[in-house]
Amino acid sequence: MCGIVGLFLKNKALEPALGHHLAGMLLAMSERGPDSAGIAIYGHGSEAAGRLTLFHPDPGLDWAALAAAMKAGLGRNVGLTIKANHAILVVQGGTAPARAWLKANRPDLRVMGYGRAMDVFKDMGRPGDVAARYDLAHMGGTHGIGHTRMATESAVTTEHSHPFTAADDLCLVHNGSLSNHNRLREWLKRRGQEFETDNDTEVAARYFAHRLGEGLSLGEALEAGLKDLDGFYTFAMGTGDGFAVMRDGIACKPAMLAETDDWVAMSSEYRGLAALPGVEKARLWEPEPSKAYVWHREGGAHA
Amino acid sequence: MITVDLAETKLRELNRRLHALPPGTNERDWRLINPRGTHSIAVGLDAPIDVTIDGHVGYYCAGMNKQANITINGQCGWGVAENIMSGVVRVRGNASQSAAASGRGGLVVIEGDASARCGISMKGVDIVVGGSVGHMSAFMAQRGNLVVCGDAGADLGDSIYEANLYVAGKVASLGADCEAKPMDAKHREALKALLDRAGIKADVTRFKRYGSARKLYHFHVDHAEAY
Repeated sequence: MCGIVGLFLKNKALEPALGHHLAGMLLAMSERGPDSAGIAIYGHGSEAAGRLTLFHPDPGLDWAALAAAMKAGLGRNVGLTIKANHAILVVQGGTAPARAWLKANRPDLRVMGYGRAMDVFKDMGRPGDVAARYDLAHMGGTHGIGHTRMATESAVTTEHSHPFTAADDLCLVHNGSLSNHNRLREWLKRRGQEFETDNDTEVAARYFAHRLGEGLSLGEALEAGLKDLDGFYTFAMGTGDGFAVMRDGIACKPAMLAETDDWVAMSSEYRGLAALPGVEKARLWEPEPSKAYVWHREGGAHA
Repeated sequence: MITVDLAETKLRELNRRLHALPPGTNERDWRLINPRGTHSIAVGLDAPIDVTIDGHVGYYCAGMNKQANITINGQCGWGVAENIMSGVVRVRGNASQSAAASGRGGLVVIEGDASARCGISMKGVDIVVGGSVGHMSAFMAQRGNLVVCGDAGADLGDSIYEANLYVAGKVASLGADCEAKPMDAKHREALKALLDRAGIKADVTRFKRYGSARKLYHFHVDHAEAY
């Protein structure tokens, strides 16, 4: 069992409170996933700079020295924000040179997420503690997804926590388990995807990254997944300007969707939606099996 | 009328109060507010009382109900009225999966839609759905009636033993060993009585009846392809 949530804002006035609402949704799903929790939170981003979220288990790590070394190595400006055992680096230009530099010079650091608009925080512990550790309640943004994990398929570690990222600004959370992930992982490796864990959800994330890389739209990539992914799943996915939800054909993992003029929200259960503003007037429905639900932000940074 | 605010009262305290009602109690009219998707509200009741819940409820609401008349003014999560024995459970909104699962008696009315596996393993309960039902509804149904005023999803009545399934709209597909049955005057009368009890208006002549082809009761090699 796991809990997943997603919130996609349509009304800009709510953007400063995105983290507050997402933290409440995550907390409401604590019973479904007490082992670890994580979120991917999206802002307006910048065309000029890339963002990386890095993790290291040592709370005393000298992040400033890292940022300085990267700045010297790349010859680019590197901004630094530290959040507990995570750090956000803002690097002029794209993220690819920075990721290559990290791989060569600091393989001890784990890249949790990268892109132009997205930050990713995930760690072991109860969802309320994880949200407090990174001060999620005070983060603003345009949309976000979150996960509370009760591990069944692989170990309880920070690395195995969701969300899983697989491309610029792409993040996936999953409730369920995939049965063909080993074969699909090999198939994706042959097509150039590199893996960091043995987790089944990472396979799904890289599968969607691969399909999007082939030029499919978000909805088309999800529909391709209906054919290629075998197992149980309710997915929530974020991209730089999009938000999507899909359940497998058997639909034995729960999901609720709600929509108002101000927002679209997804949660494993209604409890995760109960505190959202105006939920009493929201259109509430259970997403149908084998159907991709996709929303895009108008004028998004990456349409 | 006794009002219980679930924002202030713990669920277990509420359920204990409802379980402790003695036979012939005068506390017969209850209203529950602020359910906010909580699971297991008003489960295991065994008293002839009226309970109205204002708002959306979580999983297993009104499970194992006996005698009580429970109305949910909202939507409900999985397994509403699971294993109902008697009494009436009415959902004014939509119901999630496995509504009235394995119910043995009583009446479950869902005025909106019910999603997948409505009436799974039903054993005597009567279910009336004002809207549509999802896939695998009445899976392994054994007794009782399922009335669907809208459409039914794929594999209706898969592996059904007995039970009458009445559907007014389209059936996406019938499950293994489920077949269309003749609709006689006695079936139309029974259907009308069910709709009247449920307080749902529908044109009886639009319904078709489905039930068991009785080929899967025992293994028979001639039916091997149907398993």
